[in-house]
Amino acid sequence: MKRSLTLEIALTHLLTKRKQTIVAMLGVTFGISMFLVMISFMTGVNDFTKNLAMEEAPDIRIYNPLEIEKNTIIAKAAPDTTGNLYVVHHQRPKNVVPKLRNAIMLAQSLEAMPEVKGVAPQVATQVFFNNGPIRITGSLLGIDVKRQGELFTLARKMDAGQLIDLLGINDGVILGYGLANKMNVSIGDRLSITTSEGSILMLRVVGIFSYGLADFDNARAYATLATVQKVMQRDPSFITDLHIKMYNNAQAKAMAETISKRFGVHAEDWSTANAPLLAGESIRFAMTGIISFTLLLVAGFGIYNIMNMNIINKLKDIAILKATGFESRQIVGIFLWQSAIIGVLGGTIGLLLGYGFCVALSHTPFPGGSVVRIATMPVNFNPQHYIMGFSFGVITTILAGLFPSLKAAKVDPVQIIRG
Amino acid sequence: MILQAKNITKYFHDPETVEVLKQVDFAVEEGEFLSIVGKSGCGKSTLLYILSTMDTDYEGELDIKGKRLNGWSQNQLARFRNENLGFVFQFHFLLPEFTALRNVMMPALKLGKYSYAEIEQRAMDKLKMVEMEAFSHKMASKLSGGQQQRVAIARALVNDPAIIMGDEPTGNLDKVNSQRVFEIFQELARKNHQTIITVTHDQDFAAGSDRIIEMSDGQIITG
Repeated sequence: MKRSLTLEIALTHLLTKRKQTIVAMLGVTFGISMFLVMISFMTGVNDFTKNLAMEEAPDIRIYNPLEIEKNTIIAKAAPDTTGNLYVVHHQRPKNVVPKLRNAIMLAQSLEAMPEVKGVAPQVATQVFFNNGPIRITGSLLGIDVKRQGELFTLARKMDAGQLIDLLGINDGVILGYGLANKMNVSIGDRLSITTSEGSILMLRVVGIFSYGLADFDNARAYATLATVQKVMQRDPSFITDLHIKMYNNAQAKAMAETISKRFGVHAEDWSTANAPLLAGESIRFAMTGIISFTLLLVAGFGIYNIMNMNIINKLKDIAILKATGFESRQIVGIFLWQSAIIGVLGGTIGLLLGYGFCVALSHTPFPGGSVVRIATMPVNFNPQHYIMGFSFGVITTILAGLFPSLKAAKVDPVQIIRG
Repeated sequence: MILQAKNITKYFHDPETVEVLKQVDFAVEEGEFLSIVGKSGCGKSTLLYILSTMDTDYEGELDIKGKRLNGWSQNQLARFRNENLGFVFQFHFLLPEFTALRNVMMPALKLGKYSYAEIEQRAMDKLKMVEMEAFSHKMASKLSGGQQQRVAIARALVNDPAIIMGDEPTGNLDKVNSQRVFEIFQELARKNHQTIITVTHDQDFAAGSDRIIEMSDGQIITG
């Protein structure tokens, strides 16, 4: 009964000052809806770019990196002259054979590890794609078609043709969408490739893929391991990369270290390979957080001001309520109810409005240009964001209302009544 | 004896320390209609607000209904006021957004002793007593000064308090309305044996009451 009495007084106050109530509510509404739009869009962009890079990227990549010999050859030749200082200017990198030693064996032992989902071997090389007078540089990747299809998304990224078509004919190739466009070739057409060593091979186009990322689509082609080994004039054991997919990619960093130590190879995990991408993500996330927090804080200050004014206008009422026996906590209750109602109503409308904005945004064309192929803005619809926005909004309003309410409870009725 | 004040002393500190009440001693019997009179600044209102339990910044002892109220918390005093004291002020102080009836019901709803229907019935009875039942559903802000004062009296009565305190209850009213307020107070004292303590400048009002206390310079000089 008593609680509903404070609620009744609070509601009456809100309803008689309708304009003021609506203004206060709008503050919360816009704060929360903008928060939702920002965080949904930001995480949408983050997830989109991350997926682009992550889906096709291995969790761990094993390859032979280029290295500069640390010890000079003179020191090697005369090891007993320690303490002497050798200066070698402009040392050249040593000739690293890109071939991974015992790659097939290594792949087998890696696949036996329980954390590893699978290992896809690759032969990567730089080639010229020729069609008539045109020569375009790009990379030709020899893949194990079956494993690549199982572990990565290439099979699902096909614009034309299918990944398994590579197995159907000799010397087939799947081209990136941009690459195929530049050379004006489509399925069934032939083109020749030239390696840096000078060997030439005719390939038939069996498919066209598109990841939506210009880096990949404009400069990549896939063929079978055998085709690439043939053009490089290498034997079937020649493998340059091992791409490992894990069951849980959060373990990749630790796993990469384990693999490096155990097998003495260079293993690089995805977070190291994509460090700039991840840094961009955390910067965007921090910015979203700061801006959203500011929005809600500003709404909170608005409510603080309105509640303060409200209480100054209601000093007489507070005095009479106290004189007739209302206790401090009931006075606090009256004004806290008001800010809670403003918070919950404004927050609910804010959620709906924010959802509406997000839906509208997710239907807005995205001017990706030639860099990324994406039809509309990437927007995330994560219920957690909505819960977070709503609770932040309500907590901010209640806190903003709390201090003026406590002040109201301290009003000395005698001072007000005596004037 | 329903109210007893002993050695009530109070200072105002702003702008400089002044002793406004000097060891005031007096007692009020149940059912007594008491008027406190005196020139402006003699401390009579200050005394009333101490008796009302709203002002706790004083020295001395205050007993109401046999309870020593010194040292009680603000919330305890609020509950005590709600149940045992009714107030009528010079300015009526109704809650402007509520109807006359709702204003009268408010202290009873706070007390929570009766059901909602009973409270509504009691509030209507009190409004009848002050002849305001016809206006019960009008907004308080739409009533005239005299009407508002009568609603305020009905509000003061709704919990059947032992003591009704008035600070210049007729100070803002014309002759006719003042007379009505006086009659209501007299009836309360005679019929219901409720105690009335008012501070007033109104000579006729004071003359009609059972007992007059005259104050001057923070002391009781007669009564």
